[in-house]
Amino acid sequence: MAERFHVLSQLEHLQSKYVGTGHSDMNRWDWVTNHHRDSYASYIGHPDVLSLMAVCENESRTRIKFNFLQRMISPCGPPPEKNPLDD
Amino acid sequence: MHLYNLTLQKPTAINQAVHGSFAGTRQQEICVGRGKVLELLRPDPNTGKVHTLVSHEVFGIIRSLLAFRLTGGTKDYIVVGSDAGRIVVLEYNPTKNCFERVHQETFGKTGCRRVIPGQYLAVDPKGRAILIGASEKQKLVYIMNRDAAANLTISSPLEAHKGYSICFSVVGIDVGFENPTFACLEVDYEDVDNDPTGEAMKKVQQTLTFYELDLGLNHVVRKYAEPLDEMGNNLISVPGGQDGPSGVIVCCENYLIYKNLGDQPDIRCPIPRRRNDLDDPERGMLIVCSATHKTKSMFFFLVQSEQGDIFKITLETDEDIVTEMKIKYFDTVPPANAMCILKTGFLFIASEFGNHYLYQIARLGDDDDEPEFSSRMPLEEGETFFFAPRPLQNLSLVDELESLAPVLASHVGDLANEDAPQIYAACGRGPRSSVKVLRHGLEVTEMAVSELPGNPNAVWTVRRSVDDEYDAHIVVSFVNATLVLSIGETVEEVTDSGFLGTTPTLACSLIGDDALLQIYPDGIRHIRSDRRVNEWKAPGKRSIVKCAINQRQVAIALSGGEIVYFELDATGQLNEYTERKELSSEVVCMGLSEVPQGELRARFLAVGLADRTVRIISLDPQDCLAPLSMQALPADSESLAIVEMGGDETTGSALFLNIGLQNGVLLRTVLDHLTGDLSDTRTRYLGTRPVKLFKVKMQGKNALLATSSRAWLLYFYQNRFHLTPLSYDTLEYAAGFASEQCPEGVVAIAANTLRILALEKLGAVFNQMTHPLTRTPRRMIVHQQSGNVILIETDHNAYTDETKQQRRQQMAEEMVELAGEDEQELAAEMAAQFLQENLSEKEFNAPRAAYGMWASVVRLMNPVNGNKLQDFPLPQNEAAFCVAIVTFANQPDAQFVLVGASNRLKLRPRQCSGGYVYTFLLSTQGDHMDLIHKTAVDEAVNAIVGFRGMALIGVGRLLRIYDLGKRKLLRKCENKVKTPLLRLYTLSTFEKILIARSNTPSPLPHHVLTAQRQRCSCNKSQSE
Repeated sequence: MAERFHVLSQLEHLQSKYVGTGHSDMNRWDWVTNHHRDSYASYIGHPDVLSLMAVCENESRTRIKFNFLQRMISPCGPPPEKNPLDD
Repeated sequence: MHLYNLTLQKPTAINQAVHGSFAGTRQQEICVGRGKVLELLRPDPNTGKVHTLVSHEVFGIIRSLLAFRLTGGTKDYIVVGSDAGRIVVLEYNPTKNCFERVHQETFGKTGCRRVIPGQYLAVDPKGRAILIGASEKQKLVYIMNRDAAANLTISSPLEAHKGYSICFSVVGIDVGFENPTFACLEVDYEDVDNDPTGEAMKKVQQTLTFYELDLGLNHVVRKYAEPLDEMGNNLISVPGGQDGPSGVIVCCENYLIYKNLGDQPDIRCPIPRRRNDLDDPERGMLIVCSATHKTKSMFFFLVQSEQGDIFKITLETDEDIVTEMKIKYFDTVPPANAMCILKTGFLFIASEFGNHYLYQIARLGDDDDEPEFSSRMPLEEGETFFFAPRPLQNLSLVDELESLAPVLASHVGDLANEDAPQIYAACGRGPRSSVKVLRHGLEVTEMAVSELPGNPNAVWTVRRSVDDEYDAHIVVSFVNATLVLSIGETVEEVTDSGFLGTTPTLACSLIGDDALLQIYPDGIRHIRSDRRVNEWKAPGKRSIVKCAINQRQVAIALSGGEIVYFELDATGQLNEYTERKELSSEVVCMGLSEVPQGELRARFLAVGLADRTVRIISLDPQDCLAPLSMQALPADSESLAIVEMGGDETTGSALFLNIGLQNGVLLRTVLDHLTGDLSDTRTRYLGTRPVKLFKVKMQGKNALLATSSRAWLLYFYQNRFHLTPLSYDTLEYAAGFASEQCPEGVVAIAANTLRILALEKLGAVFNQMTHPLTRTPRRMIVHQQSGNVILIETDHNAYTDETKQQRRQQMAEEMVELAGEDEQELAAEMAAQFLQENLSEKEFNAPRAAYGMWASVVRLMNPVNGNKLQDFPLPQNEAAFCVAIVTFANQPDAQFVLVGASNRLKLRPRQCSGGYVYTFLLSTQGDHMDLIHKTAVDEAVNAIVGFRGMALIGVGRLLRIYDLGKRKLLRKCENKVKTPLLRLYTLSTFEKILIARSNTPSPLPHHVLTAQRQRCSCNKSQSE
């Protein structure tokens, strides 16, 4: 019992430290949203990827970065309605 | 130890650039991040040329750079934010010429991750703290200080994390010596994530948040957050304390807003727009980069818009309250990733794409007739100021750094029929794109070419005395005569030099302080500075065959293999050594090392013999002319040179024995400077002809010029040996050359001409030639028979030339229509003027049409000389993405060029209304294309490849085989795959087709299809 508690607290620690660490109640929207945010952050973080996107869209790199940061706010639309039975 | 990859050509794009005096001198350098390479550039304040001081491979990704200086310091440090999960502080060491790591603090996992800092860096302007941030949540603040020994210290990190917040930009605010404060542009998305109705998303606001580092309590507090009306992308810190009002300028879409803590009201100023611009009127305008210039008495900012226009911003203050923001159009340069204003009056532009530029700021734009806009001018909501772009007025270009980025297509092959293949790179974007031809070799600048009477054998340059900076004479030897030319304003023949003109010369040089030496087959002529001549005659019927000279010593070889050695004594007299040395066979070549500084003589003489050996002979008085070591050679030797090369003050240089062989091979062997032992031989094939070696000076260091069927230069540059061919004709003989016009050059003989050459771009691997294009090149294929290439150039967000003309016409008409009755005449005049003015898109950028608008050109060109043989522009909104040369089975002796295009393609989400395949007939010479027909298909065409006498075409998700018909291509069969096809490859021997698809998360996005022999049916043999 003590060990299980320990694992749980470790997991909580991980979840708070690393944004996007999954948990058992995670739904599809959570996962996809995290996935998209991670991707956008990675596109911004790799200068060459950002340049590639800028060439494809014929926009400035600043514009592409700005768009991606804005899309990170809500990359996959609003979350699904919570089902009262879940709680 | 791990072996990492090194690239042939270093990255040429510049993603980040910061300036500071990193060497600790008064000069300023620019530190640039080129992806995985960190470089330090120094613009020479006199010539304006940009020199690379050091280039360091980091084997990681540089994401942000920062220059910072401790309070009261004189030297700037470099802070690097990378994908390493670490903050790294570097110091440039000018004596060792390298970056030294001062601090390296690990804070997180490696990789470019969402919450691991490294994306943003900001520094307190007084140099007391550094903030390193991630694109989401995490920010760490390090306190920088110095210890008792004045070393830089770094504290443990202080967290300024804020969950659920996306960071757009960070900057350190100049608060004087109060607690260091950082400003961030953040968006909190917690409400958005918990609101299923989507209402929160509509209301989401960006905030300008101030984080204060409390130096007393040693922690960071989130001091204040203010919501903004518009989203901003960039922050500019305004000088504070004694120098200015402090605060920040927030660069939002279309607006610049000055904000500060306290009573300061917001000062809002719209970003001016170009008058009569063809751009999509719905588009906003962003500031892409900015630079601050601050002196004791004033400061201003330069900001650059997406179109490349630079604006100068000044702030008017009333006792630390900013009352007005003034903005004025400055000049237009290519859009940049970073700008640096240097104290010496240079502006460095690290372009987003294409070459980087260094401009001289000739005027500050203070007293011209350009209108100045102010935040006080009343404007309706949504209105803005207008200006007219014009050619450079305040800046003048001084230097250009070549950049290949982005390379979109390339071909390696010998299309120019030279001995080595060339690289053809289609690079650049939009109107600044080009095809660049890269040849392995150093660019040679031809300073002068003059014809000589007859074909000379050899050439030397001599100075008048050791203290002279420049050479005085060029000596040219012919079969039976010697010609002496004096170097001055012009190069002229002289007869009073003291050299014997009626005989060929074997060697000549300055010897001692101011005497000259000429060695010819029958003797040695020693010309003293007072014109006294001492002659040494070769004994009997024997003649001098080879010789070697340095500053104080002379060694000659007589026919029959006898060596005679001379040395200069204290009175400047040349004395023969008492003994001579008999060798077993004829001497083929010989070389002396230079006299080391502070010594009387060089210790080694190298002699190449006809028995295929090289012997090192001691010249030490204790064992003079005693053999020391020997090396056997694989072929007959041709020439020898002992050169001291490599290393710097700390590591010391080494002696190298370079041996050029008659079979075109160069051997480089380390010669031990004490024992004369030979070790570590390196071999390099230089060309088909015997290798001759010549000592020259490059950037004040010893270098070696080797001639074979090509000329090569061996030099030491940035702690590495480089052996690079010269992109030039074959040279027969060469010598170093220094004159006022050309302080470091080479004089060389090619056939019957004398040439003076300069080698300036040391360190460059490739010599570039540029052929400009008009749109972003996407694919390039080579017609092997003719060496011509077919290019497709496609731009998103662009007008075709035809639409552009129509738009202009339409705008001119509108101008006249909108004008009132009495203004008609004036409006007509303005419209006519507007139609006439034609700003080059290369300098002023192409207008951005609208999302989903495309313009394409199919071009046939000769990549070697850049001749554009034919252009074929596609109609507006057709985007060409693939091209192939296909031979159809029903027309076996004709070649067709198939170009696949999509119509009205939208990138996000991907949509299109059909596609086209253009079929062109290519002439047999490959210099002409005729449009045969255009086949409409129902999806975007992204891949074409020839396949068993038919064309295999990827149409959206369908893989189809088409045959050539009279009116259009005829569909034969099709097969469906899950996602759109992007590229096709055929493996003819295996009857397999490889397919590259889009949208596949798997690392190997390939399908392999097996095509069956019976008719045209394809079976998927292995999917996913």
